[in-house]
Amino acid sequence: MPKKADFVKFDKVDKSYDGKVLVVKDLNLDIEEGEFVTMLGPSGSGKTTCLMMLAGFETPTNGEIFLDNNPISNIPPHKRGIGMVFQNYALFPHMTVFENLAFPLKVRKMSQEDIEKKVDKALAMVSLGGFANRMPGQLSGGQQQRVAVARALVFDPSVVLMDEPLGALDKNLRESMQYEIKHIHESIGVTVVYVTHDQGEALTMSNRIAVFNDGKVQQLSSPDKLYEEPVNSFVAEFIGENNTFGGEVSEISNGICKVKLEKGEIIANPISVKSVGEKTTVSIRPERALINPKDKMDNNQKGKIEEVIYHGDHTRVRLNLLGNSEFILKVPNSSQNLDIKLGNEINIGWNSHDARALDPK
Amino acid sequence: MSSETGKILTTDGIPLEESLKQSEKKNKIKAFLLVAPLLLFLIITYMIPIGDMFSRSIDDKMVTNMLPKTYKAMENWDGKELPPEEVFEAFYLDYKILVKNKTAGKLQTQLNYEKNGFKSVLKKLARKQKKFEEGNYKEQIMKVHKRWRNVEYWRAIKRRAPSYTYSKYLKGIDMYSNEDGKIVQVSEDRRIHRILWIRTVEVAFFVTLFCFLMAYPIAHLLATLPMKYSNLLMICVLLPFWTSLLVRTASWMILLQQQGIVNDFFVWIGLVADDNRPEMMYNKTGTYVAMTQILLPFMVLPLYSVMKTISPSLMRAGKSLGATPATAFFKVYFPLTIPGIGAGCLLVFILAIGYYITPALVGGASGTLISNQIAYHMKSTLDWSFASAMGLMLLTGVLVIYWIYNKLVGVDNIKLG
Repeated sequence: MPKKADFVKFDKVDKSYDGKVLVVKDLNLDIEEGEFVTMLGPSGSGKTTCLMMLAGFETPTNGEIFLDNNPISNIPPHKRGIGMVFQNYALFPHMTVFENLAFPLKVRKMSQEDIEKKVDKALAMVSLGGFANRMPGQLSGGQQQRVAVARALVFDPSVVLMDEPLGALDKNLRESMQYEIKHIHESIGVTVVYVTHDQGEALTMSNRIAVFNDGKVQQLSSPDKLYEEPVNSFVAEFIGENNTFGGEVSEISNGICKVKLEKGEIIANPISVKSVGEKTTVSIRPERALINPKDKMDNNQKGKIEEVIYHGDHTRVRLNLLGNSEFILKVPNSSQNLDIKLGNEINIGWNSHDARALDPK
Repeated sequence: MSSETGKILTTDGIPLEESLKQSEKKNKIKAFLLVAPLLLFLIITYMIPIGDMFSRSIDDKMVTNMLPKTYKAMENWDGKELPPEEVFEAFYLDYKILVKNKTAGKLQTQLNYEKNGFKSVLKKLARKQKKFEEGNYKEQIMKVHKRWRNVEYWRAIKRRAPSYTYSKYLKGIDMYSNEDGKIVQVSEDRRIHRILWIRTVEVAFFVTLFCFLMAYPIAHLLATLPMKYSNLLMICVLLPFWTSLLVRTASWMILLQQQGIVNDFFVWIGLVADDNRPEMMYNKTGTYVAMTQILLPFMVLPLYSVMKTISPSLMRAGKSLGATPATAFFKVYFPLTIPGIGAGCLLVFILAIGYYITPALVGGASGTLISNQIAYHMKSTLDWSFASAMGLMLLTGVLVIYWIYNKLVGVDNIKLG
């Protein structure tokens, strides 16, 4: 059976709470069946509102949301058949783990036998086999989280929504849960819409990421494309680390442009600039700039080391380069002996392809 | 386990437990001193009055003290036939002193409670005893009135021998111990207390129910509204709370009387005819209305504080899992509010069961409660021992309710905030 490319479809959706400010502006988003899509953005960017509209707890002010080609704006939440994992788990504290998981099955009037089978299966899936008779209060945060995930999946929904489900966990647990959720998604193939403000989480888990800002989707693409090829300076800034130079295009031809800075000039890859004289922000990922490059690179500059911070697997070096004193380099801690000392002048080189000339900030 | 911990020593070689006790001692003393005023206050204003009430309610020393010789002589009398001569003698001597001190009237009243018609017999004896000759008092006393030959009257005296009695408690439930010492009900036309007890429990129950039905939506609204509206609503709930109880009851009198605002309104909208205005006051209706309004905050506040802690995402979770809003409410939200319901109901019920001012003012004859009866005996009949007995019965009733609640729901489930 071919997968539907627009299993979940946001069609020109606007949302306003007070009639003055649009929280979500003209949202168009297609989510493929079985896909893991993350809505990523800073707080107040409208991502949770989108999720709530999909779950049915908020109604779009304009536009329509389709689930499997059916408009769902007028369907109440309990008839949508969408599973949801809440930020604070929202486990029913007066029910045991078993009763929590049986709840969606009971309201669907399943037989006791089927309920037990399904609950056992779901608990096994999140490796909580022996915990059926515990109360949620007796579980650790991570275990509660898994129960919440199991509960959202136990009634075989076509879509599962997750609203910052790992926000309350500590760092190590969060990382292991990321993999766990990813593996569950891969093994059962359910469509997941995931909301987070943690870019690491988004990059680890998703098939595609929709970066939200200011009520709009800034970019929707796979994690690697998002990181390597951000389409605007917000995405470049928000995802990963980023060195930027503000300047003006002085020459443009054959997919290469020259950007004139206050001090000096760099050769860059024109992404959102088209003509000479346009203002632009050039973005370079820290790991794309190399110290004393062996291969020939079309940008070569000298910079002065201002700060060296040891990070275990790598060392962060802050340079003053072309008038930008916030230029960051990440140097892997290999045996390679580079002359990284405070105050030293070093040669830095990068390819023009990795220097993306985006919209000005 | 304890033997193991006993072996653990601190670095200085002192047993750990001892060291801990030593270091906690100061804090414990401090903590005790902090609660000491409260403890003292409770003992003085609560334990001592209750103890006094209890001793008053069972106290029956008056007759015992008035007839000391008689009771001493009666110790060996089995009560089957007329008592022997020494009892008669002792009674004559005791009674002589009472007549001399002019306190015989009290004894007459007390013994008349025990046996109807005793008063006139004793009065006659008071007059005649002055001419008594020494010796053979049995004959002389029996000659004064033929009732002295009746063993019933002597038994009545003997029944008052113990200095403690539970007769006030029996009276509180419309019972008494008759001449044979059996506990029986009073005649039907005199059974007023049982009606009052039942009415009190009934009123308290329905007031609790009405409060619950009204407070639940209010509390829910309070807990879910945005802060600026909920604050205003909270003030509306609390405003009556800050007004004097008397003022509130009086305003209900203004509202509910036959020519009052509510009746005027009913006539105006054509619900009732002008010449047929319903009586909403000086009966149970008035008591229900006023008490429900007055006790409402006691239900709203515990409910609110519990509902405030229930995350709105729980209801959402219920709905997202496929439950209709009604199912989600009854399966998820409602069970979580039970601690608040328990606290609110217990609070309102206990307050209602002992309510006094409101039923006294708006209750009329059919709306008065047991507390009004207690007040009546305190102020009008001055039968304090009976008032104390009923007060203690009320207190016991409350404790029983508390105990039942504890068995059913568990007191640790109560949440007041």
